[in-house]
Amino acid sequence: MAVVGKLELLIVSALLLLTACYSNVQRGYKTTLKSVASSEGKPWPIPQLYIPTPTTYTLNSDSFKINPTGKTCDTLVAAMTRYYNVIFYPGRQNDALRFKPISKSKLTVGTELPYLNVNLENDCEIYPSLDMDEWYQLFVKSDGAILTARSIWGALRGLETFSQLVYQTPDGTFTINDTKIEDYPRFSHRGLLIDTSRHFVPKKILLQNLDAMAYNKYNVFHWHIVDDQSFPYQSRHFPELSNLGAYDPHTHVYSQQDVAEIIEYARQRGIRVIPEFDTPGHSESWGPAIPGLLTPCYKSGQPDGSYGPIDPTKNSTYDFLKVIVMEWTKVFPDKYVHLGGDEVSFDCWKSNPAVTQFMQKMGYGTDYSKLEQYYMQNILNIVSSDQDGYVIWQEVVDNGVKVRPDTVVEVWKGGYPAEMSKVTQIGLRTILASPWYLDYISYGTDWPKYYRPDPHNFNGTDAQKKLVIGGEACMWGEYVDGTNLISRLWPRASAVAERLWSPKQYNNTAEAAPRIEEHRCRMLRRGLNAEPANGPGFCKYEMQVN
Amino acid sequence: MAVVGKLELLIVSALLLLTACYSNVQRGYKTTLKSVASSEGKPWPIPQLYIPTPTTYTLNSDSFKINPTGKTCDTLVAAMTRYYNVIFYPGRQNDALRFKPISKSKLTVGTELPYLNVNLENDCEIYPSLDMDEWYQLFVKSDGAILTARSIWGALRGLETFSQLVYQTPDGTFTINDTKIEDYPRFSHRGLLIDTSRHFVPKKILLQNLDAMAYNKYNVFHWHIVDDQSFPYQSRHFPELSNLGAYDPHTHVYSQQDVAEIIEYARQRGIRVIPEFDTPGHSESWGPAIPGLLTPCYKSGQPDGSYGPIDPTKNSTYDFLKVIVMEWTKVFPDKYVHLGGDEVSFDCWKSNPAVTQFMQKMGYGTDYSKLEQYYMQNILNIVSSDQDGYVIWQEVVDNGVKVRPDTVVEVWKGGFQAEMSKVTQMGLRTILSSPWYLNYISYGPDWPKYYINDPHNFNGTDAQKKLVIGGEACMWGEYVDGTNLISRLWPRASAVAERLWSPKQYNNTAEAAPRIEEHRCRMLRRGLNAEPANGPGFCKYEMQVN
Repeated sequence: MAVVGKLELLIVSALLLLTACYSNVQRGYKTTLKSVASSEGKPWPIPQLYIPTPTTYTLNSDSFKINPTGKTCDTLVAAMTRYYNVIFYPGRQNDALRFKPISKSKLTVGTELPYLNVNLENDCEIYPSLDMDEWYQLFVKSDGAILTARSIWGALRGLETFSQLVYQTPDGTFTINDTKIEDYPRFSHRGLLIDTSRHFVPKKILLQNLDAMAYNKYNVFHWHIVDDQSFPYQSRHFPELSNLGAYDPHTHVYSQQDVAEIIEYARQRGIRVIPEFDTPGHSESWGPAIPGLLTPCYKSGQPDGSYGPIDPTKNSTYDFLKVIVMEWTKVFPDKYVHLGGDEVSFDCWKSNPAVTQFMQKMGYGTDYSKLEQYYMQNILNIVSSDQDGYVIWQEVVDNGVKVRPDTVVEVWKGGYPAEMSKVTQIGLRTILASPWYLDYISYGTDWPKYYRPDPHNFNGTDAQKKLVIGGEACMWGEYVDGTNLISRLWPRASAVAERLWSPKQYNNTAEAAPRIEEHRCRMLRRGLNAEPANGPGFCKYEMQVN
Repeated sequence: MAVVGKLELLIVSALLLLTACYSNVQRGYKTTLKSVASSEGKPWPIPQLYIPTPTTYTLNSDSFKINPTGKTCDTLVAAMTRYYNVIFYPGRQNDALRFKPISKSKLTVGTELPYLNVNLENDCEIYPSLDMDEWYQLFVKSDGAILTARSIWGALRGLETFSQLVYQTPDGTFTINDTKIEDYPRFSHRGLLIDTSRHFVPKKILLQNLDAMAYNKYNVFHWHIVDDQSFPYQSRHFPELSNLGAYDPHTHVYSQQDVAEIIEYARQRGIRVIPEFDTPGHSESWGPAIPGLLTPCYKSGQPDGSYGPIDPTKNSTYDFLKVIVMEWTKVFPDKYVHLGGDEVSFDCWKSNPAVTQFMQKMGYGTDYSKLEQYYMQNILNIVSSDQDGYVIWQEVVDNGVKVRPDTVVEVWKGGFQAEMSKVTQMGLRTILSSPWYLNYISYGPDWPKYYINDPHNFNGTDAQKKLVIGGEACMWGEYVDGTNLISRLWPRASAVAERLWSPKQYNNTAEAAPRIEEHRCRMLRRGLNAEPANGPGFCKYEMQVN
């Protein structure tokens, strides 16, 4: 990876603060009328090295070309077409309420930028991975723009950035500033968790959300696909799981075709899809389809009709898991799967006589965390034997389960600095989610609250810090479905996106505010109903309704 | 109005609790999986007298007819067509994710309900008003359904209720229970405030919202159309107001045609449109177009470039107001206009030498509330001379401004019980909005918070209670625009709707929960992206995306 010197960074910071001040509210009278003035053509998340100049060029939709000048592939060709449209014809066309150029007579005069050359240096990889190379370099100069990337993933990131540099002047002219950018992510795992169990989220909304993720350089869709409440994943081997576990087995399911379409849509945008099959807790919806899988809970020596976590004492449990894990491995191409392991309640296990017997046989005494460890080690071994990596919630480690050294631990509870210290001291890689539970809403502007926390803000050595491979924003689904997912996530999740991509030094919310204001309007222009970020104001392009 | 005895009410309550218990979660295993089981075919808001029976009839979309058997008019004909579609073909058609009947072989057998006869007794009024008669009676019997209403407005309410009684069984059959209803609103002013100044709300979203209001029997759209931040109302006489005061004079405005369309759409649904032109504060966006209207603020003896409230000392102010008030009277057919009068800051007036001079001349000393009173009485006189009624925020009365006896006072501040006592003791009519500021969001189900408030919960005589003519839910626009208005309002505003329509005795949130769960899904089925009401769950018809 190219290294940017600290001096350069300082220069860039200074430039940015300057340009932020230049931005004016676009209607007159008092600046109080719009809470935050929007920047123009400033990228989000901010690149590692970003040097804009005041010189501008114009872009003409009829003549502007995006050319592949190095290697190419289907992924790149599709992306070039996509970004041409995003720049010139975003969202739905022919809508009434759209920005109208104020006057043709005031047409901006300027040198026309004829092309963007995309110089991809290596053959395309098919699937993105944790180790993908997202580095790119972008020069916008008078003779043309040049994007250089070593990998297809860097080329995708660079195309996104280029599209964000283009803005429209009041007379409607597409404009770009002479700019030099070198860029790569600070963290390699930048995830967004969507919960499709508490409420079903229609496929089209998930695809829209993948667009939004690409616009924010997220690279992991953490798909919390099933949970206690429902099992919408339509399994190849066990169709009864969704037949009996989905809210509705016909309409509230993700078919194999749906899953494949979502994975492909994500792949095209350089986004990994990591499914989470959370066990042994959070698995109530699995029960009806797989008799004997869940632990029957007892009351006064009798089964009370309710069920607890997966029954770890039976061989049939692991026989079933072997088959379903092999299915996941085949269906989801990513090397990683999320195995959950959070919030396992011991009450039901304690009530069950067969479990008690097993505890005695194994010599666990009354230490049920040993039973949990027994289960987790079994499922981790099953996954490992398929040569896959895995992510687990922090409790697995907290409860002393022995894990493989390549395990990724997701920290989600309060007091995360201590936990990050602990996990990295054990030598395990970690991703942080604690400060980014976006399902918790509150009145007013809350993105600064998500912008400030830093995954490196814990006591640890440099080696420990390097074990932090990223973070995740989480949108749990108790109160969220297709009706409000997009508006509630964006641009709030954009704050986390910049934290995980951009240099740590960018932690000034006053500097970020005009850019996130612009970025929210940018997403709106592209057809996403991203909600207001900063209080009273407007976007040139507003939300459309059919 | 028909009076329902207390005994009848008790019977109905008992019946309702019973039917609520009958409703089951539609997927098996554990009832915990869906937070709240949905009712089936239960109306929201609940009618004054509602007697459903277990006998059901089926409806066939090919043969079912809605017939006018009494008076008729364009408004009724349009409504009958609308509700036929709402019952059988709601929302957008041909979408993928929709409820699929489970099996044709299980087709419900039952008597077919052949028709709904609408017996309107009086000629249609053109515009709804505060005194409109919303009473109706509805019988669903084996030979047909009969809706009787004295006025067109009652007929509209009855059609809405009828459409809500129809539900689909799991095999897709449209079904209705044999039912007897007599209904009328508890309060005659049931308003919803939308703020189109802090953010512009596209016309189509406002129309969608009028649909939602009709589905909840709201009858007043309180249009907080302009404020400090922007002036989107395109005036006939003063086009510069929006040319210089709107966020964008071309795209972020309501043209006269837009306003007329919104009023007509509302009228068709029995909804009054009361515009609010808030003065003398909250009027910063008026300034650029009308030089001299706002008070220039001074600092160290010099104008500091900022402006305060409307300048009450100048004759030109009132000359301008006479013309614009006359315009409002012509454009908005409702007898009432909202004149604001809230949150007037005296600082700027105090700083201005001309205002100080005026204070001395008038003998006001340093009592600036007298100056405010002078302004308010002038504008109230202007409105009165046009024979219009008006609504004002509570401060006008709190500050001792003498108002006409037919003034309506809107109570919005904390401690509303004392204020309601005070205002009604003065003999003034009042509407309550304090507990219903829906722009304040929080995590989790919050509709019960809005549901349990009652406008009569204050100390006062029966005569005082009668002066409470209703209430309003408010969606201020600081953080709300077209992207999140509908999902953030519904079904939260439904809680307020039932409080203002239904008998006071209905204040049990456990009874209401299954019905609001159904009502949220009902709105979703009709194409509105109403958000989840109660935690994990699903609707047979989910949100669609194009």
